[in-house]
Amino acid sequence: MKTMNILLSAFRALQRNKMRSFLTMLGIIIGVAAVIAMLAIGQGAQYSVEQQINALGTNVLIVLPGSQQTSGVKTGAGSVTTLTEDDCNAIQKECPAVSLLSPGTRAGGQVIAGNLNWATSVEGTGTDYLEIRKWGIEYGDFYTDQDVKAAAKVCILGKTVADALFPDASPVGQTVRIRNVPCKVLGVLTKKGQNAMGQDQDDIILAPWTTVKRRLTWFPYLRQILVSATTPANIPVAQAQITELLRMRHKIAVYDPDDFTIRNQADLATAATATTGILTILLASIASVSLLVGGIGIMNIMLVSVTERTREIGIRMSIGARGRDILTQFLIEALVLSLLGGTTGIILGVVGSSAISNLAKWPTIITAFSIILSFGFSIAIGIFFGFYPARKAAMLNPIDALRYE
Amino acid sequence: MIGQQAAGNNGQLIHIEHLTKTYMLGEVEVHALRGISIGVSRGEFVAIMGASGSGKSTFMNILGCLDKPTKGLYVLENIDVSKLTRDELAHIRNLKIGFVFQGFNLLSRTSAIENVELPLLYGSTSNKDRHQRAVKALDMVGLGDRVHHYPNQLSGGQQQRVAIARALVNDPSIVLADEPTGNLDSRTSVEVMGIFQELNNKGITIILVTHEPDIAQFAKRHIVFRDGRIKSDKPNTAVKIAMEILRELPAIDEEVEA
Repeated sequence: MKTMNILLSAFRALQRNKMRSFLTMLGIIIGVAAVIAMLAIGQGAQYSVEQQINALGTNVLIVLPGSQQTSGVKTGAGSVTTLTEDDCNAIQKECPAVSLLSPGTRAGGQVIAGNLNWATSVEGTGTDYLEIRKWGIEYGDFYTDQDVKAAAKVCILGKTVADALFPDASPVGQTVRIRNVPCKVLGVLTKKGQNAMGQDQDDIILAPWTTVKRRLTWFPYLRQILVSATTPANIPVAQAQITELLRMRHKIAVYDPDDFTIRNQADLATAATATTGILTILLASIASVSLLVGGIGIMNIMLVSVTERTREIGIRMSIGARGRDILTQFLIEALVLSLLGGTTGIILGVVGSSAISNLAKWPTIITAFSIILSFGFSIAIGIFFGFYPARKAAMLNPIDALRYE
Repeated sequence: MIGQQAAGNNGQLIHIEHLTKTYMLGEVEVHALRGISIGVSRGEFVAIMGASGSGKSTFMNILGCLDKPTKGLYVLENIDVSKLTRDELAHIRNLKIGFVFQGFNLLSRTSAIENVELPLLYGSTSNKDRHQRAVKALDMVGLGDRVHHYPNQLSGGQQQRVAIARALVNDPSIVLADEPTGNLDSRTSVEVMGIFQELNNKGITIILVTHEPDIAQFAKRHIVFRDGRIKSDKPNTAVKIAMEILRELPAIDEEVEA
């Protein structure tokens, strides 16, 4: 029998029981739509987590002065004084995988404004600091390169500090005294909240690193260098380039350890992405259970159909249908059911996902992969669950089938 | 080898020797056929008669390649059918045998023409050719104007004629009719027998199974079964001609207009 004719007669057979065919397909429709929607939600979640992590600044590298080994005793990271302004300039110039850089130093101390005071830490930074940390100014301005060069007595307040020192008025234009050095407040940072460790990131004052170095700490070296890689994927490249450069500049012999440490947040990003990945798989596998139930529905109806049409099978056999003709006929019917159901389910899943993202404001992403996957799944289910009933039909004895009432 | 043997039997269409069929019904052996030997030549019109349980239906099933004999030889057109597989038998049924059943056995919700085309779907006929042959077969049984009617729009006699057209569409070697008039009134029965006689006159071999002596009178040869054996096998000396009887019957508006 030609493929076209088989398809035609399969459609006709399904048309005869429109309601039943539809209800059978419903199982597959719901299953496929659920798989598509769950994958869309999962992948949407994964994407937004990635976005959030990127916003935290995953392509950030922190270069810290390394530990020093003195007669076998290792001091902690940051205990030696090896990073200099020249290192910063060299990194900026010679490491192509580095896009932005901010030298860093730090001072702690009491900050006084009028009759209020507050203990916080003062972070000395470069002008690219905000961009590297993906941070912003809520009001006011950031200091300029000019301020950095001149070690100007200016500062930016974190939200917490601003609220503590200026509960009623705007701090911009006011003066605060940091360790008795009067600094003009240029602006206030946007609220960033707690970091992963639970520290309040807004309890901070930013000032040009030169100001902190020359006016507050008088400590000639840098506490850290904050660097951003050109892309998150370039983090290892930037790390390697910086390592090579600094080893050369610090004249470290081949087998000696680095006198600096480079840290990045890529591990955090990987872990978070993996978690949402598992979530996606979990959602999709729960959804595919309904696909399985849909498949069993197909098998059930095909078995009923074979019994109902025993006489038809007998007639077809008596006029020359071979076992495999009957097998093909019923298999194709099951396949048409699951394919129609699958296609409808895909459409429903796509529409449903966009409805979810519109109504519940959840990000959803539909990939070609999830569509191909569910389509392939419905074909496989049609064949798998259609085979047993089809085989049962094909194995019928023509005489018994003809006599069947 | 089998072919030569069959050719030795005067080129008979059907050659059957010592055919037996034994069923197992639970623990009991049922001997449905206990050694049948007959030959049928091309162009014959044979009526197989016998009471129920005489084995004529079993014989018909074997003749129609729906069933296999337990023992014995069945040669159809030089092919030893008793040794073929399921699929090969299906192929023989498709090409060489046309069935007409008591209950018509048309596919419901399928038009007359599609019912007639069905055997061709399992062969290797092109779509266009298939349609033409189906129309021609329906013409032969006088239903050229009912091609697109559905079985439930046709009278019993018309349905049986569709079934006959389906049996004929593949130009089979034999047409097997199993109680073809069992579900029909007497006038329609005669009409259907008239069609069989007409087809037989065109050279088509027809084997008819019936328990009605009246119907058997339209055939040219009578084989009577009893207890799984052939009781008698003789030519019908008083063949009735359906057309003549119809002319004598009062005309009734039997046609169901649909």
